[in-house]
Amino acid sequence: MTDLFSKFDPLIEMRANLLETGVTDPFGLVMEKVVSPTVAICNGRETILLGTYNYMGMTFDPDVIQAGKDALDQFGSGTTGSRVLNGTYAGHKAVEEALKDFYGMDHAMVFSTGYQANLGIISTIAGKGDYIVLDIDSHASIWDGCKMGDAEVVPFKHNDLDAMEKRLKRIPEGAGKLVVLEGVYSMLGDIAPLKEMIAVAKAHGAMVLVDEAHSMGFIGPNGRGVAEDQGVLDQVDFVIGTFSKSVGTVGGFCVSNHPKFEIMRLVCRPYVFTASLPPSVVATAATSIRKLMHAGNKRAHLWENSRTLHKGLRDAGFQLGTTEPQSAIISVIMPDLERGAAMWEALLHEGLYVNLARPPATPAGMTLLRCSLCAEHSAEQVQTIIGMFTRAGRTTGIIG
Amino acid sequence: MTDRSEIYDQVVAQIAPFNKKGVKLSEGTTFAGDLEWDSLTVMDFVAAIEDEFDIIISMNMQAEIETVGQLVDAVVKLRG
Repeated sequence: MTDLFSKFDPLIEMRANLLETGVTDPFGLVMEKVVSPTVAICNGRETILLGTYNYMGMTFDPDVIQAGKDALDQFGSGTTGSRVLNGTYAGHKAVEEALKDFYGMDHAMVFSTGYQANLGIISTIAGKGDYIVLDIDSHASIWDGCKMGDAEVVPFKHNDLDAMEKRLKRIPEGAGKLVVLEGVYSMLGDIAPLKEMIAVAKAHGAMVLVDEAHSMGFIGPNGRGVAEDQGVLDQVDFVIGTFSKSVGTVGGFCVSNHPKFEIMRLVCRPYVFTASLPPSVVATAATSIRKLMHAGNKRAHLWENSRTLHKGLRDAGFQLGTTEPQSAIISVIMPDLERGAAMWEALLHEGLYVNLARPPATPAGMTLLRCSLCAEHSAEQVQTIIGMFTRAGRTTGIIG
Repeated sequence: MTDRSEIYDQVVAQIAPFNKKGVKLSEGTTFAGDLEWDSLTVMDFVAAIEDEFDIIISMNMQAEIETVGQLVDAVVKLRG
């Protein structure tokens, strides 16, 4: 018998080798208590959280929590059904209304996760014979959506406008074209030149989908994302987003002005063939989204945090993913997985949690310590974080 | 239409800068096995081939191409 698991042997060996060095398993952390959006208890130690997607700190907002409790009382713990059968409650329609208001768009469709939103929309609109032109550093959910839809998949070098245009030019006349971009690329925290890229995509007759998962609530005057910030949101055919980052719960969505958009509810399999979100989740999401519409002060503070941390880490001698802070993600580049894991553990002992990111999630085979800031991090916490990084960096020899 | 052997020579010339180990090339040389290319090298090489011949080799097509000879056949076909 061929063991179907033998294909995982290289990864099993790599993991065993890493853990043999005595390092704490970076992928097995448990949060025993969560004190606030920025603090948790891990291994009995109070730990500052700098590796969550809780950008706007909405998870403990009293209005958000109350909305969830009320929905639990009034609608129960779950829907036990698909959106197109028994799984659409008043709360699901309400959160879709909140999204339409938030983005100023005609249609909103809520999925059970952000992953399913990309999987469903991409695979459904781009089918056999159509072409998808996408950035090589796209999220796994985008790649999986491409694969599931059976379209011709044509990647181009990260954020490379010329490479994108060349590929668009070569697509046979008359073929359907979808360009897939992200506002913020989550590994290095860099943003896309959406204004230029969308102009080129439109000039070649392509429809444009932008994943704004890591920018919603924070980037752009109204927190609508990078496309809004660059003044091209009206040129985007489909915005994909998530409730699991700034919104502070779980779920995914697509908003669009396409006049035929509502048909997606019947033809999109990852929407149809799964249970809808629990009533408490959509209630917390709707409340959070409406509050994020008026969160200008929090956005300003988060930008301050991002700039302060970026400068502090750069001045300390760390190599960062971007020369300037472009989002709420600051990525610290590690020389290799072993030293990255050692640094990650040293930070954890300092009382700081960051994400250890490694291939295949990362571009160019890099090992990263990915820091994501929260609007609820105080200026003082950010200074504490810089101190922790500096000490841990010296202990592990990452900086001199 | 360009002769197949001419396209073969052009493909071999494009492989050269990526052939770090100096592997001797033939029709049967495999990209993953003989040349030991990782996914990043493959991406850069595919872009070079696409630019050289002004074609698109989608990921779907790449999945079917394992050897130099198969790539040459694909280029011949795509150039029509």
